[in-house]
Amino acid sequence: MTNLIEVRDLAKTFTLHQQHGVSLQVLRGLNFTVAAGECLVLHGQSGAGKSTLLRTLYGNYLPAGGSIRIRHAGDWLELVGAEPRQVLAVRRQTLGYVSQFLRVIPRVPALEVVMEPALARGWTRVDAEARAKALLTRLNIPERLWQLAPGTFSGGEQQRVNLARGFMVGWPVMLLDEPTASLDEANAGVVLELIGEARAAGSALIGIFHDRAIREAVADRYLDMTQEDLAHAS
Amino acid sequence: MSAAEQLLPAAGVGTEPLFAVRDLTRLYGPDKGCQGVSFDLYPGEVLGIVGESGSGKSTLLSLLCGRCPPDRGSVQYRDAAGDWLDLYAASEAERRTLLRTEWGFVEQNPRDGLRMGVSAGANIGERLMAQGVRHYGQLRAAGLDWLKQVEIDPARIDDLPRTFSGGMQQRLQIARNLVSSPKLVFMDEPTGGLDVSVQARLLDLLRGLVRELDLAVVIVTHDLAVARLLADRLMVMRRSRVVESGLTDQILDDPQHPYTQLLVSSVLQP
Repeated sequence: MTNLIEVRDLAKTFTLHQQHGVSLQVLRGLNFTVAAGECLVLHGQSGAGKSTLLRTLYGNYLPAGGSIRIRHAGDWLELVGAEPRQVLAVRRQTLGYVSQFLRVIPRVPALEVVMEPALARGWTRVDAEARAKALLTRLNIPERLWQLAPGTFSGGEQQRVNLARGFMVGWPVMLLDEPTASLDEANAGVVLELIGEARAAGSALIGIFHDRAIREAVADRYLDMTQEDLAHAS
Repeated sequence: MSAAEQLLPAAGVGTEPLFAVRDLTRLYGPDKGCQGVSFDLYPGEVLGIVGESGSGKSTLLSLLCGRCPPDRGSVQYRDAAGDWLDLYAASEAERRTLLRTEWGFVEQNPRDGLRMGVSAGANIGERLMAQGVRHYGQLRAAGLDWLKQVEIDPARIDDLPRTFSGGMQQRLQIARNLVSSPKLVFMDEPTGGLDVSVQARLLDLLRGLVRELDLAVVIVTHDLAVARLLADRLMVMRRSRVVESGLTDQILDDPQHPYTQLLVSSVLQP
């Protein structure tokens, strides 16, 4: 199997200058690879740095050291130290991130929110709309909500709109941060199907799943993130 | 792994910058103004400049767009023909032409960017006329089309801007700038003077236009939410210097510099 992402000796430290310069070492010495069609599940108690790892891989957090290499447009690209425009190109084409939280943009209707990743890749509006509507239907978002901005939707509805957006296009590498948290059984089942489809299409998945049944249903391998001393002040 | 292998250029990204700034400096006093600013901007890229009042954001913007000569440093622009032009080595006439054609400038106060004594349609047509379009029908058609694009009722084409609300005036100013298909647009707190409800509409409009027209933008704002929504990357200024720069999400979610951490943590979450 071809690896799509390779992580070497990754470290993440937060230095809180406004709080007496406290330094928190959250990740260190992380090594793993994920291949096409494979799902790596992050394992460890709350505070072990699972979400921090996903945000570091996505570029929201700045690594303290190590290497994150990703297959992008047929070549290996080093994300640690990459230019913002390179990271954005990777986010457009290669690296997807699905969380349970939707970043609401005022005035933009749910349907547009879902279509955006496809439009950014240059899909036609017709194609994007067809796929977006199919996903919203599968995730049980009533049609009367599609043209409304999700700001006023319930938490669960916003989460499902965000899931539709996350699965709108195929991602060679996909980061999943508790995508099924607080979903009812039917909708969690739909997300499991979508994950299965992404995997069958050759995506490499890295995910956090709180629910044990779901975790066991999707995991090929686990990354143990439990550390003896998680964080220490200096 | 070799050094060359470590940073391969990403495909699908323009490989040559549009705008190159080196060591740009103008000081009015110790740490007043801006100093040592360098960056490259690529086609379609949106750069946000953030920082508190007096940090040098506006001085930097005036230096970037040719309004005020620097003490030292250079600003270079790659024009539509692909030739590099040194902004402050160019003649006044060349600079003016650039600002009227390939560049745009959206002022914080629309009254500074509009001609208040002529109609909305004439405001939109002005750049086209400067480029030699004389046909009345064409100018009129462009006016109607752009009013529609910025969500102003085309029936208002003959009205004076002073009869428009603040939000409409700002949208008219944007239309007036974009009609000449610029490659690079400077914006100085474009949503600064507007009500929040009007801001959202303007931001949504700007986001769409930036993507459709593949505009490179330098936007000065003190509003981090506006920066998050519009900017690909940020430069944080403090006391005339850039203290931190990088991907917008990273600067806002994981700021490194003590000042940026203070700035980000000081924002009230509604």
